[in-house]
Parts: sequence; structure tokens; C-alpha cells
Amino acid sequence: MIIVNFERCKGCGLCAEVCPKGIVSLQTEKRNEKGYYTAMCTDDSKCISCAMCAMICPDCAIRVER
Amino acid sequence: MSVVFERPHALCDTPTHYCPGCTHGIIHRLVAEVIDEMEIEGETVGVCPVGCAVMAYDYFNCDMIEAPHGRAPAVATGVKRANPNLMVFTYQGDGDLAAIGTCETLHAAARGENITIIFVNNTIYGMTGGQMAPTTIPGQVTQTTPYGRDPKTQGFPLKMCEILAQMDGTALAQRVSVDSVAHIREAKKAIRKAFDNQKHKRGFSIVEVLSTCPTNWGMTPQESLERLRTEMIPYFPLGVYKDLPVWNGDGGED
Amino acid sequence: MKGNEALAEAALRAGCKCFFGYPITPQTEISAYLAKNMAKRGGTFLQAESEIAAVNMVLGASASGVRAMTSSSSPGISLKSEGISYLAGSDLPCVIVNVQRGGPGLGGIQPSQADYLQATKASGHGDFHILVYAPASVQETIDMTFTAFDTADRYRIPAMILSDGLLGQMMEPVVFPDIKAQITEKPWSCCGHKNERKHNIINSLYLCPDELEKSVRDRFEKYREIEKTCTDAELYLCDDAQIVVTAFGATARIAKSAVDIARSKGIKAGLFRPKTLYPFPKKELNNACAKAQRVLCVEMSMGQMVDDIKLALECRISVDFLGRTGGNIPSVKEVVDKITFIGKE
Repeated sequence: MIIVNFERCKGCGLCAEVCPKGIVSLQTEKRNEKGYYTAMCTDDSKCISCAMCAMICPDCAIRVER
Repeated sequence: MSVVFERPHALCDTPTHYCPGCTHGIIHRLVAEVIDEMEIEGETVGVCPVGCAVMAYDYFNCDMIEAPHGRAPAVATGVKRANPNLMVFTYQGDGDLAAIGTCETLHAAARGENITIIFVNNTIYGMTGGQMAPTTIPGQVTQTTPYGRDPKTQGFPLKMCEILAQMDGTALAQRVSVDSVAHIREAKKAIRKAFDNQKHKRGFSIVEVLSTCPTNWGMTPQESLERLRTEMIPYFPLGVYKDLPVWNGDGGED
Repeated sequence: MKGNEALAEAALRAGCKCFFGYPITPQTEISAYLAKNMAKRGGTFLQAESEIAAVNMVLGASASGVRAMTSSSSPGISLKSEGISYLAGSDLPCVIVNVQRGGPGLGGIQPSQADYLQATKASGHGDFHILVYAPASVQETIDMTFTAFDTADRYRIPAMILSDGLLGQMMEPVVFPDIKAQITEKPWSCCGHKNERKHNIINSLYLCPDELEKSVRDRFEKYREIEKTCTDAELYLCDDAQIVVTAFGATARIAKSAVDIARSKGIKAGLFRPKTLYPFPKKELNNACAKAQRVLCVEMSMGQMVDDIKLALECRISVDFLGRTGGNIPSVKEVVDKITFIGKE
């Protein structure tokens, strides 16, 4: 599963682009302090902890656990 | 629960000033991961450029020096010559390394200066708002090439890896990219090699990383990665331009 | 020993570990001497690709905690001015030698003092000062090299030895002082934190105006301290002098001979020689001029120190000027004639 650092995420969406399961996307409900809609995992049960989202994240805002 | 991926220790736990989707952050992290893996944070000194990465001194947990524009290889030379046991790297953009600092770069390579250079090429001056860089591709529109770079009047880009591969003192000249996870993995291997070379006193190592600038390119982060793939990689082909298995000068150990 | 070689030897004895230079007449003997001797004595000599690279190598070496030096002559110092500003803005100690030659432009290779204003007022962009030492003999070149390294370290400030083609090329008997370099700990330096402390940052960038202003103001506090403690000057026959000749460096030797001749003619002349140009010895000048009615400033330039003399005296005393430039050296006779002329006025 992934843990997104809400305040560090800049909402660039590169993580969503590379997720092989298509389960990472930008949420549209709550902006962080800087005004970005942040990344989130839409279905933890499908996450394979491949860390591709974290690897392309320019802000080191994603921590991956298994 | 086991941790699969987390911030490397050598990367400060602080927000960066980079724009959303700017790939500087990825490259910073790769350098920090290599420093962690080699367990050299306490023996490493980084030298920052002038440009977007000028504040990299706030982002790396090792000792950091901020150099004048283009002079990072000279500053790194000073550090390394004074303290040969330190691991010294510079982190420079294209304007810094390939325009104002061309002389310092070429001569550090010519001397086989035992340092590691991370060269971030995004074909534009980012910090000053998007002017033509020494690596701006023919036809590319920037603030100072509003009709596209015309080689007839504005000349051609410098291909630094190709140039530096000709220098006898260069141990490694490799161009990588961070447009995909596969390329990011390759980029990290190249950075590791560049640090390993220094550890084994093999001489000058440069890793050129093709990078994006969504803000000044006027693109989304996703479009920027696409431009990197379709326009930059064909003009700046990825690959190893020079890789000396053993440093051929004095003092080498392998 | 030749002036330039003596300076180089003094730097080695003062604990200079790194020298980065680029050939230019008339300072090249410094590089040549160090190329021969530095590695043998555990230091690093490197001929850089340019003056700009050389001064930035000094920046790197100094930032990593060792004593470092570069040397050049006038046109090369102009190139170094970028690095000097960064060194000052990063609070880095180092020694920069300027064996002055005639300018502007490529100028000539003969002695000059036409870099006084550059050294003392505008050695780079921004609000800052560097220490400027002006030796007048080969022996003093040696002594001041020791002082420059020590003071630079004490205050974390670049120091310049402002020599000239005459002093650099001249040979005189010298004695190297039997003193040990005061090498101090530099906890601020970037030499690897060894996992024992937070990372150090050497930097001159402050994007927040208040932070930049504070850093500059803090530095100027340091300058006030330096102005109180580091001024140095020679006063020669000034006690009863009615005409005080002011001159620095090699020119002061000529002025001294002229003062002696003037005295032999019954003119009460004296010599004031600033040994530090920044900080400028204002108090010492005013002491020297306690009885003076006239002041004559003699320089190898069109008059660069003369304004500092007037300012320090607050224009209470009329200040005349005699200068030669372009590599020409004022003769003793010229100075004596001028003193005599002023004396009759």
C-alpha cells in the first residue's frame, strides 16, 4: 500500500501515469496548504507495492509498505 | 508491514521549491539513494550550481557549497584537491555547465579531476524564466527564441557527453533520462557508477540526465515527459559515451 | 630573495595547503616557486585553466577548511572579482595576491599602484570589504603574508596582499620569522560531517531581503571590529613634520628618501605610510598630521589613495598630489622638488 504525504504532494499526477494497476489518481475533494489536489490510491487491495509511483514522484511524497 | 520505499536519509525531509512535475526532485532522490547505499553521507560534499538547483544545499543532508554560476567544477576541484578522501559531486544545470561553465567543465575533465558531475539537461534556463539554453533544440521556442531556435543565427546545441567522451581524463560519460520508471532505474545505476568511479580514483565522471521543465515549456508534467521522449531523446541519444574500465592515470586503484 | 619567491615561501610557512594560479607577468615566480616546492611540503599546487577557475578552486579549498591562496596581476584580478565577491559573501578566508602592473586593459607589465580603488573599494559586486595589506619591502611581504593568513582566518574574510611589479621582482635579504602558523579549528567548514553533526552549508544566496540585509549588516559589524583592531601604519619623522608625505608600498620607499633629503635641506618633512589599506589607518594619519600644514600624496597612479587621505583628514589640511602612471615610477628628485615647491607656498 502507499502512504501519500498530503502536504508534500504537488499534484503533478506522474504517479497516476505510471501505476500498472491504474489505481493511483488525484483526489478532487481536499486541497493541501499549497492548494494542490493530492494523489491517492483508490483501491488498497489491488496495490502490489511495486513502488513505481514512488519512484517517479519528484517530491518523495509517497512511502510504500507491504 | 515492511517498508518497500521511503525517503533516503541523504535527502532532507523538507519541501522543495521545484514546480509540480519538475524532475529535479527525482534526480535529487537518486543521488541521495546512491549516497545512502554507499554509506558516504558523512564523507560527501556537494556543490550546487546557479539556476533552479541553486538551493539544493537545503535538500541534501551532506555538507554543501553553493558555487558561482558555472564554476562548480572548479569549486569541486578545490574541495577534492584539499581533501582527496572526500567524495565530491556537483549538481549542475545546462546553462551552468554547458554555457557559462563550459571552460571549467572541459578542463576538469581534461585533468581527469576525480569528481562526479550530475548534469541536468532540460534544454532551457528555468530559474530566469525560460530563455534559450546551450542545449535548446533547433526549432524550440523559448523566451529568447520566440520564433524557434534557428541554427543559422543562434547556432546549435552542445552535446556534452559526446564532447566529454573525447577527453582523455574522462572515465564515464553517460546520458540517461527520468521519463519512465525503467529509465529512472538506469539513471540510478549510472549515478552509482559515477560515484563508484570516484571512490576508485578513476577520474572524471559525468552523468547527463535528460529532465523536464513543465512550467517554462508550457506543458503539463505528462506532456513534458512525452516531449522528453519524442523530441529530446532523438536529439540527445541515451547511452554510454565513454566508460573506462580502469582509470589510465597515476594513482588509480581498481 | 626575490619578492615573489619570498611571498610564496612565506605562504608555505604560514600553512597554506592549496595554491591555484594562472600565469601572468609580473607575478609568475609565485606559481613557479610553489610548483616546485608545494607538493614536497604536503600541499597542492594546481595551474588552473583561468583566473576565474583559480579563484573558485580557492573557494572550494577554503570552504573545505584549509588555507588557500591565489595570485595574479591586475588584469587577472579583474577576472577574479566574481570569485572574490562570492568568497566575501560566503565568509570564507583566503589570501589573494595582486602584483600590480599598469592598466587599464592589458596595460603594461611595469609596476603600478592603479588597483588601489579596486582593492579597497570595489573588488567585486555587492556590499563587502576585504583586508588589503600593502608591503613596502620583501621582508614586509613575508611578514604580511603571515598576518594575512591569520587575520583572514580569525575574521573569516578574504585578504589581499597588494604588491606591485617592483616589489615582486626586487631582491633583498630576508629573515623568515620563527613563528608557527596559527591554524585554528573551522567547525563551519564543509569537510564531511562524519555523521557527527548537522550538515554545513557554505552559501551566499539569501532570497529574502531581510535575511540578506542581516547577513550584510552582521558582516559590517565584523568590519567595525576589524577597523578598530587591524589598522597598521608607519610614521616616519612625523612628530614635528609640517609637510607630511603619504605613500604606500614601493612608492613609500621613494618618498622616504625624499623626506630625508628634504630634512637635510631644512624642510620639516615626514612620511605617513599605511600598511593596511583596508582598514585604512585614519587615526594614525591624523596623528602623523598633528603639526602638518600641507600633505603630499605620492602614488604610482593618477591618484587613487588621495581621496582616502582627504576623507581621513576631513579636508582640514590641503592635500597635494604627485603621481606617475603607466609603469613609470616617481623619482626621488620629483618628490623632493614637489616638497620644496609646497614648502615655499
